[in-house]
Amino acid sequence: MTARAFNVDRVRADFPILKTKMNGKPLVYLDNAATSQKPYSVIDAISNYYRTYNANIHRGIYKIAEEATVAYTDSKIKLEKFINANSMQEIVYTKNATDAINLVSLSWGGANVGRGDHILVSSMEHHSNLVPWMVLAKKKGAVLDYIALDKDNARLSTKSLDEQLEKRPKIVAVTHASNVLGTINDVKSITRKAHGAGAMVIVDGAQSAPHMKVDVRDIDCDFFAMSAHKMLGPMGIGALYAKKGILDSMEPLITGGDMIRSVTHNSYSWNDLPWKFEAGTSDVAGAVGFGAAIDYLNAVGMDKVRKHEKEITKYALKRMNETRNVRTFGLDMKGLEDKCGIIAFSLKGVHPHDVSQILDGEGIAIRAGQHCAMPLVTEILNENALSRISFYLYNKESEVDKVIDAIDMVKKKFRIE
Amino acid sequence: MPIDLYAEDIIMYYEHPHNKGAMKDASVSMHNENALCGDSITMRLKIKNRIVEDVKFEGDGCAISVASASMLTDFVKGKSLDEIERMNVKSVFKIIGFDPGPARLKCATLSLRTLKEAAFAYQHKAVDAETQTL
Repeated sequence: MTARAFNVDRVRADFPILKTKMNGKPLVYLDNAATSQKPYSVIDAISNYYRTYNANIHRGIYKIAEEATVAYTDSKIKLEKFINANSMQEIVYTKNATDAINLVSLSWGGANVGRGDHILVSSMEHHSNLVPWMVLAKKKGAVLDYIALDKDNARLSTKSLDEQLEKRPKIVAVTHASNVLGTINDVKSITRKAHGAGAMVIVDGAQSAPHMKVDVRDIDCDFFAMSAHKMLGPMGIGALYAKKGILDSMEPLITGGDMIRSVTHNSYSWNDLPWKFEAGTSDVAGAVGFGAAIDYLNAVGMDKVRKHEKEITKYALKRMNETRNVRTFGLDMKGLEDKCGIIAFSLKGVHPHDVSQILDGEGIAIRAGQHCAMPLVTEILNENALSRISFYLYNKESEVDKVIDAIDMVKKKFRIE
Repeated sequence: MPIDLYAEDIIMYYEHPHNKGAMKDASVSMHNENALCGDSITMRLKIKNRIVEDVKFEGDGCAISVASASMLTDFVKGKSLDEIERMNVKSVFKIIGFDPGPARLKCATLSLRTLKEAAFAYQHKAVDAETQTL
């Protein structure tokens, strides 16, 4: 794909799975917040790697080992540019965003958080950016505080943020975009305030990096975590961005081969960044696929991805709000600028599992449950579970229509108006 | 969908569940949650001479879980603790009339698991391995 006007049908043609059927019906894939589908270019890049230049990196003095090393490093450089980091030394490849956040909580947190210290998290975190901080707090005897939501249960309260920052937390953990509410947080302003209070900032970018332009230098956060599989790339690889000076000061969690510069019987010294944090053989095929995914997103243009998703979200909100007994959560039409393509909803009188089961029968894949955000869903929104649709660049308005038709079917079965 | 999980009788049991509500003077009660989907259930049993005289459940869940709790509680009234101990996943399929498939299995079996745990607890016995797989 070269840069041209956005054409959803042309995009769809790049994704083989969108030509398949589920339960005999054309697949309508609306669980993109869980994982995204993959274009041919990503699948082919991985297959081509294994077919033509599979070799271990940083070691072999032969042609294909060099090719593999270059491909691995190129992938990091692509990601560095994609999020506007300073250098690829600031990009550590991990298993996924959760793994990246755990690296920070265990290594940085392990060394810098102590008894009585405060850790501040938002009330709309995925378990991935919540549990590691709970565990750290428990282990260290630190105090975990929460940034509350506004009365609309959609945005973070700036008043609460300001109050909590007065406790001078060591670190603030906040999601860029909520996987339940779809709210895009103003992480730049949160970071500015947090830094003013002497705190470090970690941003969970799992739901933002795939869907909008991310500039980590503009945000000025200290850490930023991502998963490749949510951004058209393969499963099993993700990344931690961190400022170089911070990475320099951090100790690796996993030690062994490739992360070491020299070893004698009595001593060792760490390798350069980012390799210091990547012990053992890396997921080279995954990195190659991740790089191909970034190429694909760049070719489409992140601005166009965001614009398309905003339009389809607007259409879906309109159709859902017109549907009786459907209630949507998070920002509404007026808050569209700060909402990504995620809509959590409930259908009065029907459990979300039943909704998604009946939609499954119509070939529609949506998520139902607590979305790995139990405190938000059960304690703030007061729901046992929610249904959720989440869009990506290949979704069409006609797929939203199919969802609405299927919801009507659910209502008929459950005899609801 | 290979089978219609939402046949008329399932919806009927969901809308008008049997044995749903509170119970005073229960001999034993047990609570369980399905962390995955947020379903929760509490089972209360009245037991006399090792026979289930009455049973009630409370909780929140999908149609499959509410319908199977309804049918299960109907079924176990008058049964002995020994009979309850012997029940397994196949008993659930028999009672509800179908195998809901792997994705919804837990919805269908949560009530039996809770019921069996209550029966074991009443006798101060450890929960057996088969029950733990429900």
